[in-house]
Amino acid sequence: MGIEEKLPAGVLLTSVEKLVNWSRKSSVWGATFGLACCAIEMMAAGGPHYDLGRWGMEVFRASPRQADLMIVAGRVSQKMAPVLRQIYDQMAEPRWVLSMGVCASSGGMFNNYAIVQGVDHVVPVDMYLPGCPPRPEMLIDAILKLREKINHEPLGPNGRKMLEQRKERGDVPVVPYGSMPSSYRNDKARRAEWTQAVREGREEQLRIENWMKEERHLQGGGRW
Amino acid sequence: MVTTTPDKDPVTDAKEPAQRSESANPTNQQATPPSNKPGGGVPVQATPVGATTGAPAELPPSSVAGRGMFGSSGSGDTSGFGGLVRRRVGGGGSERPYGSYFDEVYDALDEAFPGLDDAIEKVVVDRGELTLHVKPERIAEVCRTMRDDESLRFELCSSVSAVDYLGADERRLHVAYHLASMTYRRRVRLEVAVGVEHPHVPSVTQVYPTADWQERETYDMFGVIFDGHPALTRILMPDDWEGHPQRKDYPLGGVPVEYKGAEIPAPDRRRSYQ
Amino acid sequence: MTNPSYAPERETSEGKIFTVTGGDWDTVVSGTDPVSDERIIVNMGPQHPSTHGVLRLVLELEGETVRDLRSVVGYLHTGIEKSIEYRNWVQGTTFVTRMDYLAPIFNETAYSLAVEKLLGIEDEITERATTIRVLMMELNRISSHLVWLATTGMELGAISIMLYGFREREYILEIFEMVSGLRMNMAYVRPGGVAQDVPDSAVVKIREFLTMMPKRLKEYEDLLSGQPIWTQRTQGVAVLDVTACVSLGVTGPVLRSAGLPWDLRKTMPYCGYDTYEFDVPTSTDADVWGRYQVRLAEIRESLKLIEQALDRLRPGPVMVRDKKIAWPAQLAIGTDGLGNSLEHVAKIMGQSMESLIHHFKLVTEGFRVPPGQVYVAIEGPRGELGAHAVSDGGTRPYRVHFREPSFVNLQALPAMAEGGMIADVIAGGASLDPVMGGCDR
Repeated sequence: MGIEEKLPAGVLLTSVEKLVNWSRKSSVWGATFGLACCAIEMMAAGGPHYDLGRWGMEVFRASPRQADLMIVAGRVSQKMAPVLRQIYDQMAEPRWVLSMGVCASSGGMFNNYAIVQGVDHVVPVDMYLPGCPPRPEMLIDAILKLREKINHEPLGPNGRKMLEQRKERGDVPVVPYGSMPSSYRNDKARRAEWTQAVREGREEQLRIENWMKEERHLQGGGRW
Repeated sequence: MVTTTPDKDPVTDAKEPAQRSESANPTNQQATPPSNKPGGGVPVQATPVGATTGAPAELPPSSVAGRGMFGSSGSGDTSGFGGLVRRRVGGGGSERPYGSYFDEVYDALDEAFPGLDDAIEKVVVDRGELTLHVKPERIAEVCRTMRDDESLRFELCSSVSAVDYLGADERRLHVAYHLASMTYRRRVRLEVAVGVEHPHVPSVTQVYPTADWQERETYDMFGVIFDGHPALTRILMPDDWEGHPQRKDYPLGGVPVEYKGAEIPAPDRRRSYQ
Repeated sequence: MTNPSYAPERETSEGKIFTVTGGDWDTVVSGTDPVSDERIIVNMGPQHPSTHGVLRLVLELEGETVRDLRSVVGYLHTGIEKSIEYRNWVQGTTFVTRMDYLAPIFNETAYSLAVEKLLGIEDEITERATTIRVLMMELNRISSHLVWLATTGMELGAISIMLYGFREREYILEIFEMVSGLRMNMAYVRPGGVAQDVPDSAVVKIREFLTMMPKRLKEYEDLLSGQPIWTQRTQGVAVLDVTACVSLGVTGPVLRSAGLPWDLRKTMPYCGYDTYEFDVPTSTDADVWGRYQVRLAEIRESLKLIEQALDRLRPGPVMVRDKKIAWPAQLAIGTDGLGNSLEHVAKIMGQSMESLIHHFKLVTEGFRVPPGQVYVAIEGPRGELGAHAVSDGGTRPYRVHFREPSFVNLQALPAMAEGGMIADVIAGGASLDPVMGGCDR
């Protein structure tokens, strides 16, 4: 993928990696692959209320050759699967796939002859986003997690070697990149809280507890 | 006040299959061992008598093609409802007078269409709707009369679709034409029954061009072949798909799902409380 | 010889490689006259920014003029009608709602009306439930027309309309969320009534919406209607007159733009629509411009209807009284989300054995529907939405077929587009307002 990949492992590669990853994550352009209901929520996420333009993503390129991220939004039928693969093949590297909604992630409620049970049967997926349809805020969260993942991708074979060496040394982050929810990641105190919970293996519990604390006003089966 | 009651009282019904069933199948009181029926032995809880219309997860399909494709075996259903025998769909037609505007429609059609008695198999009036069961060969002519005659004027063909009544009789594919008259603000349904061996129905696209895609969909989903259709090809499924998905003996095709350690079977293999 | 429809494969050093092409593309292309190369075949494939969803159009072009248009649908076929046959009558609502995903309430209402007709309880649906259904349907109609306006504007190049349309739509989605818990695909209208009552905060928000919307509509008209590019691209484009509409089965705004005031709310009323005061907007232009006018006017009529519905809301139950049919739970928001209210749980666990039995039987087994078949049609935002429901007496639908207006209306696209230019294909397709989820089901 260019001369930057051939840099020898070392400080120079790390700095270039940081720069390249930062520029890749900051301006991810999506390919329009809106299929069904999730596509409408994706359009709503691009709309003014939940603005994807805040992250430079309001541009959805129709041509896959100019797009980085394919958000498979909606149910993929048997007839559509070859088209999906063709669009994916036409995208230029680096490329990522976000499967939006349960239908794209796993077939969803349509467990039958007509729907591919998860687009990971057809294309490799980097981020799964459940929901039927997921709210625009959930889509934004998934995109932010994906950006974090992109930000820490190793660059080229030497970069991957460095990553392997780091893993052998045990220098892996406690929370895998791309798994912390955005609302926790952007606040130092909550980030520490989450990291601690991951160490103990109870991050989901933490999330539920915090949510219940915030919704305390509804205790007692509150009516509207 | 209207309440829904099952067609037969479930408590007494449980005893009936023992008297009426002809084979030696056990009743629902005991656990069901696999039967010795030829063709795969899909275990059932009682032989369905006078039945009905292939409720998929409980009754085995009638044709050899479908046997063994699905069915919940040894279900943990202890409710006693397994022996419920449901009343058949269909049956006899209605007697005159039909009520409301139905008599008018029938009389007008009788006047305009010579030989109506040959073409119409039966007339059903149910839940405020008129259904004319038409012989397959005559459907295009009947439709033309329905559209053109002054007192009928059913200009709009709302819907063309089919229902698969598996297990009823040989002619299991019923094509339903819903016609609407904008002049008189009425609706009527024409129904045509064909069997799987010879599923040919004349196309009504010459009369109602809107039936074009709808007949294609009916062909795609049920395998009903419309003679005279300009381009009868698959429309919803991929072009090289085999089989007709909406038929009752075509499996749903789901996969079992593993979730948090448990495996949930596909929807057509789950236990059902019918 | 390998089947041309299957992708050819090759073993390479990197593994097996499949070459995926458009199936029968070669046979399609070779069908044209090889000598005169004036005509070219262009594929506007299922993935395209301007075709409304996954619609594939194969155009035979002579220069810029479209000589032949063939549309390929089925890229979103989900087998919903077959899936329903394996679920309860009430569970069918959740599937049906996802067919035409821009008008979920309409799908649910058509289905629920069909089931209620089969059950024979049409007269027992409470007044409040019917009024809420009308209210939600008209709100849904407005939100669907707003998406139409947004996407049509974007496809014709007026990209700012996309943002405005979605901005307005967010209001309505917030209202939906307050009433049913979800923005889209709510599974709110169920056989017997509606799932839960409309809270007072939602009523307040709807009234706010009613005051705000007319001004926004005026903004859209100022932005688009006088604008020469818009008028040139929409006037005289994709004409389809009344005879063609009726013979092709096209209903809805397209039929009304051709001059025939056929609206099922007025001609074959349901849900008490004959007691409301509203007009049916028509136009005689029969082109994209006419459809645009008709849809904007319909939004105004829907606003009138919503106001009337709000004024009619009287306190009362929202589910049918028969406990053997009515969906049992009184839902409320608790600390763990939307679920059974604590009073209901207390009732079924402690107080009433009957309630417990009803709840259990309804949720596990579902109610039984007497055998028969019905066809119920309502006026959706795209045209006549009909539900043909067949019951065999059991707890599961035997066959439910939906007559979807998008499916039937799309047949008219060749009639509208052949002879025009490619850009008119886009405009014509957009004016039909097809939703591929409804088209393919």
